[in-house]
Amino acid sequence: MAIILDHVNHIYGGDTEMAVAALKDVCLTIPDGQFIGLIGHTGSGKSTLVQHLNGLLKPTGGAIYYNGRDIHDEDYNKKELRSKVGLVFQYPEHQLFEADVFSDVCFGPKNLGLTKKEAELRAYQALRQVGIEKEYFYQSPFDLSGGQKRRVAIAGVLAMQPEVLVLDEPTAGLDPKGRDEILDQVAKLKEETGITVILVSHSMEDVAKYVDRIIVMNHGSVMFDDVPREVFCHYRELEQVGLAAPQVTYIMHELRNAGLNVDPEATTLEEAKAEILKALGKR
Amino acid sequence: MIRDITLGQYYQTDSVIHRLDPRVKLVATFVYIISLFLFHNFTGYLVAALFLAAVIKLSHVPFQYMVKGMKAIMFLLLLTVVFNLFLTPGETLIQIWKFTITKEGLKLSIFMAIRLVFLIIGSSLMTLTTTPNHLTDGMESLMGPLKTLKVPVHEIAMMMSIALRFIPILLEETDKIMKAQIARGADFESGNLIRKAKAMIPLLVPLFISAFHRANDLAMAMEARCYRGGEHRTKMKPLHYEERDTVAYTILVLYLIVLVVVRNIGFLP
Repeated sequence: MAIILDHVNHIYGGDTEMAVAALKDVCLTIPDGQFIGLIGHTGSGKSTLVQHLNGLLKPTGGAIYYNGRDIHDEDYNKKELRSKVGLVFQYPEHQLFEADVFSDVCFGPKNLGLTKKEAELRAYQALRQVGIEKEYFYQSPFDLSGGQKRRVAIAGVLAMQPEVLVLDEPTAGLDPKGRDEILDQVAKLKEETGITVILVSHSMEDVAKYVDRIIVMNHGSVMFDDVPREVFCHYRELEQVGLAAPQVTYIMHELRNAGLNVDPEATTLEEAKAEILKALGKR
Repeated sequence: MIRDITLGQYYQTDSVIHRLDPRVKLVATFVYIISLFLFHNFTGYLVAALFLAAVIKLSHVPFQYMVKGMKAIMFLLLLTVVFNLFLTPGETLIQIWKFTITKEGLKLSIFMAIRLVFLIIGSSLMTLTTTPNHLTDGMESLMGPLKTLKVPVHEIAMMMSIALRFIPILLEETDKIMKAQIARGADFESGNLIRKAKAMIPLLVPLFISAFHRANDLAMAMEARCYRGGEHRTKMKPLHYEERDTVAYTILVLYLIVLVVVRNIGFLP
């Protein structure tokens, strides 16, 4: 059970002078239950890549397999694929359209052909999973705050109960509080249900805390694909492609250069704290 | 999918046609469209086709790119052909049940189809080679004399330029929302007409909301920069006729003369 990308290429506007290669020979295996951060600067091909995962875009070269089957086979059920690989777009609140929050979240499960009862049950669960209180269920989605709207939109995808959840920049344009709320809820959801989560972001800071694997994209190719601490070791190269390692990495390196015996590979605040205390205690 | 609609889009490249004064292109397009309805023989079509082909060649816009835009109006084209084919009275060619195809009908529908195709390629050629800003500048300048009749020329031009500017933005937006809803299991393709129309709601509601938002933001931004209409407004790049524009006008007049001659003598039926 996994998603496999086999030498995937994608070229936009292939027959015009403005042809752009958005993906170049991307090979990836995404096993079940991983929490993955997909990082890259603007225009590195992250969004193009995730739209291939549920068959919205067809690769101009290469193939994509979901659970061992080529998703662009003639007889492959794309609709089912899209319920299994849930994709939350950038600014998903722009897709809300129903008169109230609850019916909007019901849209996905209803499209899967579920009964009204089943769809409503799933919508209820999904809304609770993203932390929307009952009092908001029958309000117009357009009256909610930005962060709430976004969570409702995420619930709209969660209600389809996907096996893989892809979130394209879920924190774009949110304040720090809204950002932490959403990321914490995603992490909690991941823990409770064990689904695969792919978090697309351009901020290492955001993902470092949560993910067990980081894929760095640069100009349409995979640049690094490893556990966070290994990826952050390349912080100089990351800077060159317009990204940065978390601030913790920089501090740890500085401390080490200043003569403190700490492990510079600590990626989260907690790890860093433990390392520093250890080094200081030893002295 | 929806990005394939090239009607009204600008194609960025460098060519003689791109560099022409927008007024020339506007007048030429207008004249060309009228010229398509001036003649009724195949020689006329040949001349019109040659003229169009030459302009396409000069414009450096790939022909496939234009053909792709044609797909969007295929339905309209078919409808015209079918109506002309069956509803023109005259000498019967084939009779199928109650429908008769006449010789005149066949001729008329072929002419009509060619005319429509030329008309659309001709006018999309103008938008493909002219930036929206240039286009409206040209329009404003050409409609200038109407100002004396109290026609709000500047305002019309401004509205046109905003509308044109928003076409690609809204197309992109439509594409995005469509994808987002497809990701939620929406189906825009199958089902009968009523189902299809209903399926559009999840697309249209967000689209309208975002369009209103954009309009509001734009109005605000314009006011913040003290926009107050066309009076005493100057241009950073006023339009000037160059030598190539004179040449283009000359070619246009020559084309018209040839057409009128062909119309009257036409050596093919």
